[in-house]
Amino acid sequence: MAKSWEEINSRIAAGEAVVFTAEEFAELARDEGVSAAAKRVDVVTTGTFGPMCSSGVVLNFGHSDPPIRMSRITLNDVEAYGGLAAVDTYLGVTQPSASRGLEYGGAHVIEDLLRGRSVRLRATSGGTDCYPRTEIDTWVTLEELNQAYIFNPRNAYQNYAVAVNSGDQAIHTYLGTLLPRFGNATYCSAGALSPLLNDPTYRTIGVGSRIFVAGAPGFVAWEGTQHNPNQNRDEHGVPTGPAGTLAVIADLKQASAEYFSAGSFTGYGVSAFVGIGAPIPVLDEEIAATLALTDADLTATVIDYGVARRSRPALGRVTYAQLRSGSIEVEGKTVPTGPISSLKVARRIAAELKSWVAERGFTLAQPLQQLPQPGTQGVRPLEIRTEEAI
Amino acid sequence: MPRKRFDLTFPPRQATKPITYHLARDFDLVPNILRAQIQPGQEGRMLLELTGAKGDFEAGIAFLENEGVTVKPAATDIRLDDELCVRCGLCTAVCRPGALVMGETGDELVFDKDKCVYCEACVVACPRRAVTLTF
Repeated sequence: MAKSWEEINSRIAAGEAVVFTAEEFAELARDEGVSAAAKRVDVVTTGTFGPMCSSGVVLNFGHSDPPIRMSRITLNDVEAYGGLAAVDTYLGVTQPSASRGLEYGGAHVIEDLLRGRSVRLRATSGGTDCYPRTEIDTWVTLEELNQAYIFNPRNAYQNYAVAVNSGDQAIHTYLGTLLPRFGNATYCSAGALSPLLNDPTYRTIGVGSRIFVAGAPGFVAWEGTQHNPNQNRDEHGVPTGPAGTLAVIADLKQASAEYFSAGSFTGYGVSAFVGIGAPIPVLDEEIAATLALTDADLTATVIDYGVARRSRPALGRVTYAQLRSGSIEVEGKTVPTGPISSLKVARRIAAELKSWVAERGFTLAQPLQQLPQPGTQGVRPLEIRTEEAI
Repeated sequence: MPRKRFDLTFPPRQATKPITYHLARDFDLVPNILRAQIQPGQEGRMLLELTGAKGDFEAGIAFLENEGVTVKPAATDIRLDDELCVRCGLCTAVCRPGALVMGETGDELVFDKDKCVYCEACVVACPRRAVTLTF
């Protein structure tokens, strides 16, 4: 049995497609077998909602009278990039506020915009003949902006590390506070619901794929930064550590604060929880077999963040089912676990995307270009060189 | 006998007497240290539970304050702002006594008040600033 993209899309258009979430599909496959599940289901939806630091928005403010070529720009005292055209900017989620530090940052500005709040825009400029204004201080809302779109250079990491700390001091990391002497373990993946864990070799998710981005219909724009298809893989071909990533694009005006939520990570900085979901067509039994994998089948590698180097020691692999049970074994010690990626919102995203596909005619787009495949590229380190050594 | 929890703050340079010893010997209060973080040269915190007679509490606290220790009643509950909370679970990762855990389905927080020592680790860890202590 094999289904084509066209076949599946015509069923979606007719409102007849059978759509399951990845969790529902795994249950069906367990009860009735992969083959029967593959035959019955057309599309499987996925979802993830974790902190994704490489995120931000492109904004166009429109022109004031007299006009200004903005070169230093702040939004609620958070700096936005001034190196684009006169009234264009890019605001990244991790940029901290000049006045409130890590308690408020780019992610909070974006959440405020999504909640319909007015945001204070201040900018300065050297002034030119065509843009004479040198200063502006005003308030803007999302609705009034000409364009506001999410462009996130790296989202939806395909798997991630489990973080522990062997040291004698607690450390504050992007994976939360790690208690000393293996006092806890944190992990950050939607596991069996995660988009790229359900399509491990990027057969159906690629450039041009239609996906769920923070509540808005969006697209995969490109491979994400640090996309690393050459990560170690298990017997199912699924990466056992951070591997593929997606760059995504979507209209901020159609997004929702429910799926784009700012966060301040103590001792680390500002980031945003971003909701991403991808619909995966059940083209054949090979895809179905991966879609049927559960948290008991998927593993992540335990990494010691107590060693502050690029290459941190790996301390074995654990399954997502073990991680979700509340404790894992590391170096012979029982270590309590805590998640960072919200399973509750991941489930909500998979369910919402299911209703888009099943009831609202959200058809699937076959990739215009594949993401780099296993064997094609890894991720390069940054070497520190002097001018003399070039 | 009444039992109360206190939140003690020690100034950075405190030539501290062995306070729990004195509370027990001089004031007939039974001290139970629930959590302590005291390092030389740094402000220290201690969550202390005392059991004793009413008059003894007042005398014991006066002794502590005289030693330069700031004494506040400890929190008795935590409040979770449902609107702000995204159920990420980061608070459960830092909860040493296991009072905050992810429930059976993996997507809801479960709070066991009896296990909580009001150490505020969850308050600090929450990226959404959704947890507050109440008194």
